[in-house]
Formats: sequence, C-alpha cells, structure tokens
Amino acid sequence: MTKLLRTAQAGTVESTDILITVAPAEDGTGVRIELSTPTLAQYGEHIKSLIAKTLSSYGIEDAVVNANDKGALDYTIEARVTTAVARATR
Amino acid sequence: MQQERLRRAMMFMPGNNPAMLQNAGIYGADTVIFDLEDAVAISEKDAARHLVASAIRRLKYPCEVAVRINHIQTPYGLEDLKAVLPAQPDLIRLPKAENARDIRDVDEIIAAAEKAHGFAPGSIKMMAAIETAKGLLQAYDIATASPRMVALAIGGEDFVADLKTTRSKEGTELFAARSHLLLAARAAGINAIDTVFSNVNDEETFIAETKLIKQMGFDGKSVINPRQVRLVQEIFTPTEKEIRQAERIIAAYKDALEHNSGVIALDGKMIDTPIVIRAERVLAYAAAVRR
Repeated sequence: MTKLLRTAQAGTVESTDILITVAPAEDGTGVRIELSTPTLAQYGEHIKSLIAKTLSSYGIEDAVVNANDKGALDYTIEARVTTAVARATR
Repeated sequence: MQQERLRRAMMFMPGNNPAMLQNAGIYGADTVIFDLEDAVAISEKDAARHLVASAIRRLKYPCEVAVRINHIQTPYGLEDLKAVLPAQPDLIRLPKAENARDIRDVDEIIAAAEKAHGFAPGSIKMMAAIETAKGLLQAYDIATASPRMVALAIGGEDFVADLKTTRSKEGTELFAARSHLLLAARAAGINAIDTVFSNVNDEETFIAETKLIKQMGFDGKSVINPRQVRLVQEIFTPTEKEIRQAERIIAAYKDALEHNSGVIALDGKMIDTPIVIRAERVLAYAAAVRR
C-alpha cells in the first residue's frame, strides 16, 4: 500500500488533455473521484474506473481525486495519474 | 543488397503535448521523435516522460518511434530512460554527444532494460546528435561506440553557437561539420541526418538546404513541422527518370555479363562498377519508398 503525502497535480486544461489533482484521504475512506468532462454521459464511468485502476496499480487505496477532462484518451489519463501520484508521494 | 530503413524525414514532436503525440503518425514521417529535452520545461520533465511512455505503449504508430532523452549527464537523462525503455521505443536519440563513453553508458542501460523486460537483445537502437566542436572531433568514435548506433545527426543551432557564428541561408558555417559528420557516419556504416531548419515559413531556403544535404550524401533531415516532411521526402525520392535510367544500366550490365563483354557502354558512356552500385542503390531506394 502506498500513501499520498501531499496534494499534487498533473496535466493541463488544453484540448485532449486532463488535469488530475490527487490529495491524501483518511485510511479506509477509499478513492473518491470528482470528474468534470464534456463526455460525462458516454465516458464518465470509463474515465473514473481508469483513474481508480491506475491508482490501484500504484497501491493507492485512499485518495481524493479531482479530474478536469478535456477529451483525453486513455493513454493521457493513465500518464497524468501516474505523474500526479509520483509528485504526491515523493 | 541490404534493405536499409529509410530515415528521410525524422520529425520532432514535443513530449508533453497529448494532441501532438496522438496525431504524430498521420503526417507520413519516416521517424517520429518524441522530445523530452528542449521542447519540455524543467518543471514538466516527469510528466512528459510518463506521457511519452504511455503513448508508445498504448498507441500504434505506422513509423519508427524515437525518443530524444535529456543528456545522460543531466539529472533527467537517467529518469527518462527508466520511464521510456519499458515501453520499448524503436530508437533513443541522445543530444549533445561528445564522447564514446556516454554512448556506451546508455547502451548498457538499454541492454539491462531489454533483459529485464524480455525484449530481444539489440532491438532498441540508438542515434546521437553532434552539437559541439568537441563532439564533432569524436564523431567516428561516437558512431562506432555501440552496435546499436544507427545514425549520427547534426544539431545545427547549438553547433554554430559553439563555433561562435550564426546560421546563414547558404549554410557556409555548417560546411565543415556536415562534411566531417558524413564521413564519420559513412565510415561507421550508419545514417547521416541533417539538422532542423527552424523557419517553417521559408520553404524556398528549406528546399535549397535539403537539396544541398542530399547531394552531399546525407540520408535525411530532422524536421520540426509536418509541412517539411513531404518536402524532404519529395527531394529524397528518386524520380521516374532516375529509376528508368538505373534499370537500363542494370540491364546493360547483366547483358554484358551474359555475353562476357569486357567493357560496357550505355548511350556512349562507360558503365563501371561504381555506376552499377549507384544504380542498384537507386532501385533499392525506390523499392523501399514503395513499401
């Protein structure tokens, strides 16, 4: 299990990017994701589950995530979450 | 004859820009180079290397995929390699190469990554950019420092700054460097790639420069804009006339071999071995372009 030590951000609000903010959360509270995206109806659940899966691959079990999506593809979402986690854990 | 990979237009793409990374494959470049060096702000080096690694892992590109890492002696170079090698790029481009030791160091790191991730040994290639007088004087040693090396490139802007001059339309200041780099690359049996031309609106000078470096013997050019890709490829692609002439030379040569003729002539000109080799190269190149 990995713990987030501080709030950190990665990405931008430019087209096809996503701005990810991750913050530490109390133990046992799980991952809470607040998402804004122009494609909420079609891809909202997919984006949230991709963020959760990426966090879980780094051993993050508790976090508060804010995601401001501008139409990012999966590879960008994974990369921005990876960078945010790296910045929040170092 | 060995079929070489074409590297006519090697196009730089900024490494921290999702829109550009995901569209990089559509412009027809022979190689795309995802840049982690000059195109990325210091504060975003980590984000760029994660994004580039993710793009290589997740997206399909119809061309060779290279990554320009930061210099291995900076705090970023090693981190770049650590992030991108597991995604198995085709090629790592090193900036500001000045000695064979840097090449060997990177070679060892790549070899370890290939082993750790189960990639075929030697599958990840390397190229190096020469950007200083010191590097130029070591060009052959750099070119031969690792069997992974497939190309030497010249980084013109930094190089002329190091020479204490500026770039001109004629390229006089780069003449010695281009010549020396080409000799080193040819002696080592690898590609020679020319520098970028940064004024994308000056097509006339770009075309003149590309014709010049092709005539010198270069294999291709680094480019920074999709518009330049087509221009470079047009100049490097043999014309129908050149292809027809090459076919005639090969036919005359074969005919002479069959009839045991000692001297071959075509249209009143003697055909000897270098001319036959050149004709074979034109046909091989034309075949590679069609693929």
